Amino acid sequence: MTAFTATVEVRLKRGVLDPEAETTARALERLGFELEGLRSADRFEVDMEADSAGDARERATEMAERLLANPTIHDYDVTVEERDE
Amino acid sequence: MTVAVVQFGGSNCDRDTVQALSALGIDAELVWHEDGLPADVSGIVIPGGFSYGDYLRAGAMAARSPIMEDVRSAADAGTPVLGICNGAQIGCEASLTPGAFTTNESARFQCEHVHLRVENADTPWTRRYDEGEVLELPIAHGEGRYEIDDARLDALEADDRVLFRYCDADGEVTPEANPNGSKHSVAGVTGERDHVAVLMPHPERVTLADIGGTDGQALLRAFAE
Repeated sequence: MTAFTATVEVRLKRGVLDPEAETTARALERLGFELEGLRSADRFEVDMEADSAGDARERATEMAERLLANPTIHDYDVTVEERDE
Repeated sequence: MTVAVVQFGGSNCDRDTVQALSALGIDAELVWHEDGLPADVSGIVIPGGFSYGDYLRAGAMAARSPIMEDVRSAADAGTPVLGICNGAQIGCEASLTPGAFTTNESARFQCEHVHLRVENADTPWTRRYDEGEVLELPIAHGEGRYEIDDARLDALEADDRVLFRYCDADGEVTPEANPNGSKHSVAGVTGERDHVAVLMPHPERVTLADIGGTDGQALLRAFAE
């Protein structure tokens, strides 16, 4: 078994309104920043032991499918890295 | 026979719902989620509140708690299930009903009275209303914006599964009367079978004339049948 950290990034699908991001963008503009747009995402870092990077990715993908993301409104990415213990 | 009002940590409309049902002469009891459903359950309400502190997403944690498997089995067997507010979020997160309720367009918590138009009066929940009838119910939510992809929304509408839409006092569905940016002003929908339904507004808060109105009574009377 090898130690991995799987990172799951969950974001709203393109076209789904993100009122919090819009409010954040407006607040940045009030502070004098110039920006064209802003998207926010949730990032989950999951430490796990797995036989291979592929196994770790599979497990993290199932976590995203079953809980971390809501497929109605979200897309997600999974990346896996070996972790030094 | 009793209506189970499922209590999670963070539910806060559970007692109101039992009171409202009791006032209508419907036997109802609080059921702590860890205790499972009573054997003689005749109906289920998933009440409003902030189960699990709205962690991750409103309703996400409660939707995956063990009692929801019991709720699903009961629903499959024909037991009426109603999700109100946080219960609606839980119902969608559990895929009992389609779509998702997410952050209001205003990005704020909103607590106000709204008007609803009855879109389909041929369901267990709405058959005591007339199609097109305008109701006044309160909302109290930060994540009530109904979101679903266009193709699935078209299918829902074609199948007459939209129960209520936000409207103005005259029953006109307008952008101004949509309090939270819900797609097509949807405020409540049914599951694949119409004895399962969810809505964001609170019928249990308008069941007693002394405290603000009775427009929610007829919906809750579905549990008396």
